Amino acid sequence: MEYVIIVFGAIFVNNIVLNQFLGICPFLGVSNKVSTGIGMTGAVTFVMTIATIVTYLIYKYVLIPLDITYLQTISYILIIAALVQMVEIILKKVSPPLYQALGVYLPLITTNCAILGVALLVISNDFNLIGSVVFAIANALGFGLALVIFAGLREHMDLIDLPKGMQGVPAALLIAGLLSMAFMGFAGLV
Amino acid sequence: MAKKESTLFNMVSSLVIVTLVASTALGYVYELTKGPIAAAKLAAKIKAIDEVVLPYDNNPVEEMYKISVEGSVDSLEVYPAKKDGKLIASAIRSYSPKGYGGNIWLMVGLLPDGNIQNIVVLEHKETPGLGTKMNTLEFQDQFLGKNPSSFNLKVQKDGGDVDALTGATITSRAFGGATQRAFDTYMKGGQHE
Amino acid sequence: MNNLQNFNKGFFKENAVFVQLLGMCPTLGVTTTAFNGLGMGLATTFVLLMSNISISLIKSFIPDKVRIPAYIVVIASFVTIVDLVMAGYLPELHKNLGLFIPLIVVNCIVLGRAEAFASKNGVVSSIFDGLGMGFGFSMALVMLGGIRELLGSLSIFGIQLVEADGILLFILPPGAFIALGFLIALINHLRKTA
Repeated sequence: MEYVIIVFGAIFVNNIVLNQFLGICPFLGVSNKVSTGIGMTGAVTFVMTIATIVTYLIYKYVLIPLDITYLQTISYILIIAALVQMVEIILKKVSPPLYQALGVYLPLITTNCAILGVALLVISNDFNLIGSVVFAIANALGFGLALVIFAGLREHMDLIDLPKGMQGVPAALLIAGLLSMAFMGFAGLV
Repeated sequence: MAKKESTLFNMVSSLVIVTLVASTALGYVYELTKGPIAAAKLAAKIKAIDEVVLPYDNNPVEEMYKISVEGSVDSLEVYPAKKDGKLIASAIRSYSPKGYGGNIWLMVGLLPDGNIQNIVVLEHKETPGLGTKMNTLEFQDQFLGKNPSSFNLKVQKDGGDVDALTGATITSRAFGGATQRAFDTYMKGGQHE
Repeated sequence: MNNLQNFNKGFFKENAVFVQLLGMCPTLGVTTTAFNGLGMGLATTFVLLMSNISISLIKSFIPDKVRIPAYIVVIASFVTIVDLVMAGYLPELHKNLGLFIPLIVVNCIVLGRAEAFASKNGVVSSIFDGLGMGFGFSMALVMLGGIRELLGSLSIFGIQLVEADGILLFILPPGAFIALGFLIALINHLRKTA
C-alpha cells in the first residue's frame, strides 16, 4: 500500500518536471512530437531505474561504511555517465532503429538533472531498495506523462499565430505553467 | 598545444590521476568543513529547543533520549531541559507524514504534566501563503498552554478543538497530528521528573 | 575576441538563460526569492570559474576520448566543495537551495563552457568567460527571483514591502514557468527591435 502512495505521489502530486523542476531541458527540447517523447521516456525509465539501483547500493555499501559520503556527487555522476555509455552501446547492438531514433538524445540523458535528482532524492527520502526502485520507475513514468501531454499540446501550438517574441520557448513555458497548475489539483490526495 | 594521444594507457592514467587529485582535494575540504557543518547543525537544533522550552541550565542535546512511537518502528528524540537538576520542560522532535506536501517536522515543547509550552516548525513542504501560515503566532496561539488530554488536537471539522487555517485544513490536521504524536509518545515513555 | 568582450557576452549577447536557454532547472527551481537566486547564481559562478581555470590548465594532458569524464570529475569536485562550504558557513541558504546544489554538476552551462571554451582557450580568457557567463546567469536568476518574490510575497531580498500576501501563484511551480516565459518573451522582443 505504501508503494501505491509512492507511485501516485511521484507521478501526479510531486511530478518530477511540473513540480520538482527536474528534467526541464529535455522536456522543452524533446517535446515537439509525441513519438520522440515516448522514445525518450523509455530511455529515461531504463537509465533512471538502473542508475538509482546502482547509486543506492554504492551509497549504502561503499560510501557510508567508508565514511566518504562527500564523494556522493562525483561517484553518482560518473556512474550515470558510464551507464548512459553502456545503454548507447547495447542499444546500438540490440536495436539499431531505436538507436537511430533516439540519436542525439541519448548522451543528453547524462545531463538530465532528473536522473541525478531522483538518485539523490531516494537517499534524502530514506527509501529502502525496493521503495527506491518503485520511486525511480514512477518518476520516469511521471516524466513521460508530462512529456507526452506537453508534446500533444505543442503539436497544436505550432498552428497558432503568436507575437514574435512569444514564439518557441516562451509560449512553451506558459503552456508548461498551465499544465503545472493543472497537476497542482492532485496535491493533498496523498 | 597538441593534445595527448588517446592510447589506452594515456586515457586510463589521466583519468586515474584526475580522480585521485580530485578525491584528495575533496577529502581535505571535507576535513576542513566537518567542524563548521556539525556546529551549524547543532546551533540550529539548540535554537529550536530554546524556542520551545523554559530557560534551562543543563545540556539538553547531550541528555537526549529516544522513545519509540506506538505502532511504528520510528522513535522520537526528546531533549530534557532542567534547572538546578529538576526537569522543567522537554522538547520533543515530532513529525506527521500527512502534510499537504509531505512530512512536517515540529519541535514540541511540553511541560512535565503535558501542557504545551511552545511549538516550532522545523521542516515542511507546505504551500507558501496557505500551509506556511502554521508558522505564525495567530495559528499557534490556540495551542499554547493547552493540555492535549483536554484540548482535542483534531481540527473542528473532525470534531476537535483546533481552528484550522483557511484553505489549509490538511496542513492544520497534520500539525495537530504531529503534536498529538509528541504528546502521546512523551506521556507514555518520557521523563517526568 | 578580447577579454572584455569575453566577459560581456555572458550578460546579454550569449546570456546562458535568456539566449542559450541552458540551466533551466535551477532557474525555475530556486527563484522563489531574489536572494536564493543570487546565492545559486554565485555558487554556480564559483564552479564555472574554477572548472574553467582547471580545465584550461589541464586540457593538453587529457586524451580526447576521455575528456568528458575528466571534465565531469573536475566539475563534480568543485560542486562538492561548494556544497560542503555552504553547509558549514551558510546553512540557511544551503537548506533553501537544497537538491539544486549538487545538481550544479549537470547544469548544462558548466559542462557547456568547459567543452566549448575552456578546452580550447587559455587560462585568462577562460577566467573572463567563466565570470561573464556566471554573472550573467546570476543576473537572470536575480531578475526572475526578484519578479517572483515581488509579485508573490510583496517583498524584495527579504524586505517586506507590504504586510500582505501577493499573487501566491508566482511562488508556486506554475508561477515559475509563467514568469520565465513572459521574461524571455520580453527579452526576445527587445532583442528583435534593438
